Amino acid sequence: MAKILSIKNLHVDVGNTTILNGLNLDISAGETHAIMGTNGSGKSTLAKTIAGHPDYKIRSGKIKYMDHDLSDLSIEERSNLGLFLGFQYPIEIPGLSNTAFLKASINAKRKYQGQEELSASDFLINLKEKSEMVEIEQRFLSRGVNEGFSGGEKKRNEILQMLMLDPTLSILDETDSGLDIDSMKVVASGVNAIRTMETALLIITHYERLLNYITPDYVHVLHNGCIIKTGDINLAKELEERGYEWLINP
Amino acid sequence: MSDKDNKNKEINEFLNKSYEYGFTTEIESETIPPGLDEEVVTLISKKKNEPEFLLKWRLKAFRHWKKMPQPDWAKLSIDPIDYQAISYFSKPKQDDGPKSLDEVDPKLLETYEKLGIPLHERAKLAGVAVDAVFDSVSVVTTFKDKLAEAGVIFCSFSEAAIDYPELIEKYLGTVVPIKDNYFAALNSAVFSDGTFVYIPKGVRCPMELSTYFRINEAKTGQFERTLIVAEEESYVSYLEGCTAPMRDENQLHAAVVELVAHKNAEIKYSTVQNWYPGDEDGKGGIYNFVTKRGDCKGENSKISWTQIETGSAITWKYPSCILRGDNSTGEFHSIALTNNLQQADTGTKMIHLGKGTKSKIISKGISAKSSQNTYRGQVTMSKGAKNSRNFTQCDSLLIGSNAGAHTFPSIDVMNSSSILEHEATTSKIADEQLFYCMQRGISEEDAIGLIVSGFCKEVLNELPMEFAVEARALLQVNLEGAIG
Repeated sequence: MAKILSIKNLHVDVGNTTILNGLNLDISAGETHAIMGTNGSGKSTLAKTIAGHPDYKIRSGKIKYMDHDLSDLSIEERSNLGLFLGFQYPIEIPGLSNTAFLKASINAKRKYQGQEELSASDFLINLKEKSEMVEIEQRFLSRGVNEGFSGGEKKRNEILQMLMLDPTLSILDETDSGLDIDSMKVVASGVNAIRTMETALLIITHYERLLNYITPDYVHVLHNGCIIKTGDINLAKELEERGYEWLINP
Repeated sequence: MSDKDNKNKEINEFLNKSYEYGFTTEIESETIPPGLDEEVVTLISKKKNEPEFLLKWRLKAFRHWKKMPQPDWAKLSIDPIDYQAISYFSKPKQDDGPKSLDEVDPKLLETYEKLGIPLHERAKLAGVAVDAVFDSVSVVTTFKDKLAEAGVIFCSFSEAAIDYPELIEKYLGTVVPIKDNYFAALNSAVFSDGTFVYIPKGVRCPMELSTYFRINEAKTGQFERTLIVAEEESYVSYLEGCTAPMRDENQLHAAVVELVAHKNAEIKYSTVQNWYPGDEDGKGGIYNFVTKRGDCKGENSKISWTQIETGSAITWKYPSCILRGDNSTGEFHSIALTNNLQQADTGTKMIHLGKGTKSKIISKGISAKSSQNTYRGQVTMSKGAKNSRNFTQCDSLLIGSNAGAHTFPSIDVMNSSSILEHEATTSKIADEQLFYCMQRGISEEDAIGLIVSGFCKEVLNELPMEFAVEARALLQVNLEGAIG
C-alpha cells in the first residue's frame, strides 16, 4: 500500500518548549488513524506541524508526505498537494463570503496543478451537493467565513471545505469537540464520504465517541510528545472506560 | 537571519513593488515660472480667456489666502511647503484646445492608454464618458455629443467658464466659499481646470461620468475645481481617478469639489485616488489636500460620497454634506489604505439643518507598515433638524505592529428628537487568519487581499460596478505582502 505520511523521530519546539519528542507514525493509503491523548500531550502540535504552522519548529526528524519532504514545502503548497487540516477552532474572516473563500481555495489548488479555473456553474453545482451532505443551508454560504456561526456550524463548515477540496490526507483536529450528537453524525457521514482506497485520515480526539461513527484502523495514544501505545478500536473503548492513567503510570 | 527577518525581507520586496503609474510623459509643456502673486493669478485667468467676474473672484480669494495661516493638524506631520517654489500653471503645448480626439497629441493619448483609460470613443469603457485632465488643463472629454442630446453638460471647467458663465457665476463658491479654509482659498485663486457637470431638471444622466486627473510636470501643483449641479428630479453618478509620476519632491494637489443637489435630485460621487504615495522612506509623493462638499439644497435630495483612497503621501480630505433640504440624505462610504510612511487624515462632516434629514457614515481604514490612518468626523444636528438620524460606523484594520489607526468623531446635537448611533471597531489581520487561508491553498498575498476585501465589502458594494473590480485590484496591489 502506498505510503501517504511517514514521520520519523520527530522533535518539535514551540518557543522554548519541546512538545513532540521522538514521534514516529506511518499512514498508508486507505487507512484511518486516530490519535488520542490527554490535554497537552502534543496532539494539536502534531496537526499544526504537519500543516506547516510557523510557530512550530522542527528541531529534528523528518516528515515525508507522499514523495515530498514536508519541510521543503510552504503551507499553501502542502494544501495544494492534498493535505487538509480541519481546525479545532475554525477562524472567522468577516465580510469574506464562504462561497468566495471556497472558490479562491479551489482555484488556487487547480492553478497549482496546472488546471483551468472551475467554471462558476460547475463550482456552484458541486457546492450545493456538498453543502447538503453536511446540512449547511445555502444562506450560510453567502455569510462571512465562520462569521457568527455556532460551534457546530463551524465544524460542519470545516467538513464542507474538506469535501470541496477532496484531499488526499485529512487531519481532523478535535472536530468532535463541542458537537451535539446530531451534528456529530452529520460530520461523521461527511468524513466517511471521503474515505477511499486512495485517501487517508488522521483523527485527533479526546473521546472515542466520534470513533463509533468513523471506525479507525489504528488508534494511537500520545503522551509527552511520543506515541506510547498503538492498538485498534478496542483500545479506544478501553480508554473510554479506564481513562489514561493506567497507560501513563503503569 | 531569523525567520522574522526573512519574513520582513519578503514583505519589503513585495511592498517595494514599484508604483505602476510612476512614468513621466515627454511632452512639450507650457509652464509658467514658479511663484505666486497677483500677477500670476491674473496670468492664469488671462491664459484661459476667463470672464471678468472670475478674475475678480480669484483675486479676492488670493488676497484672503495671503492673510491665512496654514492649518496644523494634530495627527499629520507635514514638511513646510514653499508656495513660491511651485508652478501654478502647466499645460501640454498645443496651439488651441483640441476640438476632437484626432487633434489631441498622440503622446497624451498614449499616456492615458498606459493608465488604462482609453479615450478613443471606439475603445470606450462601457458607457462611461471621460474627461481627462493633464497637469493644469483638460485635454479631452469624450461622449460630449451623446450627453448633449440628453441636455447634460459635461465639459472642462475652462470651457464652462466661457460657454456657461451664468451657471458658473451662480454656483461657484456657494458650497465651498473662498474663505472656507487655507487650501480652498488657494485653489480658488489659482485653480487651473477641472470638470463641470450640469444635469437639467428631470434628467437621469444616461451614463457614468468620469474624470481622470494626471499630474505630469515636475514642480507643479494641481489645483482643479469640480462643480456638479443636479437640478430637480435629476440623477448623476460621477467618478474621478488620479495618478502621478514618481518624483522625489512632494507635489501639491489642492482640489475643490462642490456639489449642488436640488429637490429630489441625487448625486453619487466616487473617487479612486491613487496619487504617487512616495517611496518606502517617505520621499516624494503627493500632498492631497482636498475640500469636497455637497449641498443637499432641496427637499428629498441625496448626495453620496464613496472614496477609495490608496495613494498620496498625505491625504487630508473630508467630503461632507450640508443637509439643508427637509428629508435630504447624505452618505459617506470610505476606504482609506495607507502603507509605508503614508498618512491619511480623512472623514466627513454631516451638517443636518433640515427636518427629517438622514446621514450614514461607513469608514474603513486599513494601515500597514509604519503608516498612520485617521478618521476625523463631525456630525451636527442643528436646532431645526428635528427627527433627524445619523448612523456612523468606523472600522480600522491594522496590518503589522507599527501601523497606527485613530478615530476622532465629534458630535453636536442641538435638538432632542434626533437619533445618533456610533459604532467603532479596531482589528488586526491575525496570523491565524493567514494560516487558515494558506492551509486552504491560498497564498499569503491573496489571503491579505481577501481579508481586506471582506473588511471593505460594504464600501466596495457602493462603487459603480465598472469600477468595483478595479478598486479591488488596486487594494490588492497596494497591499501585497504588507504583513510583518
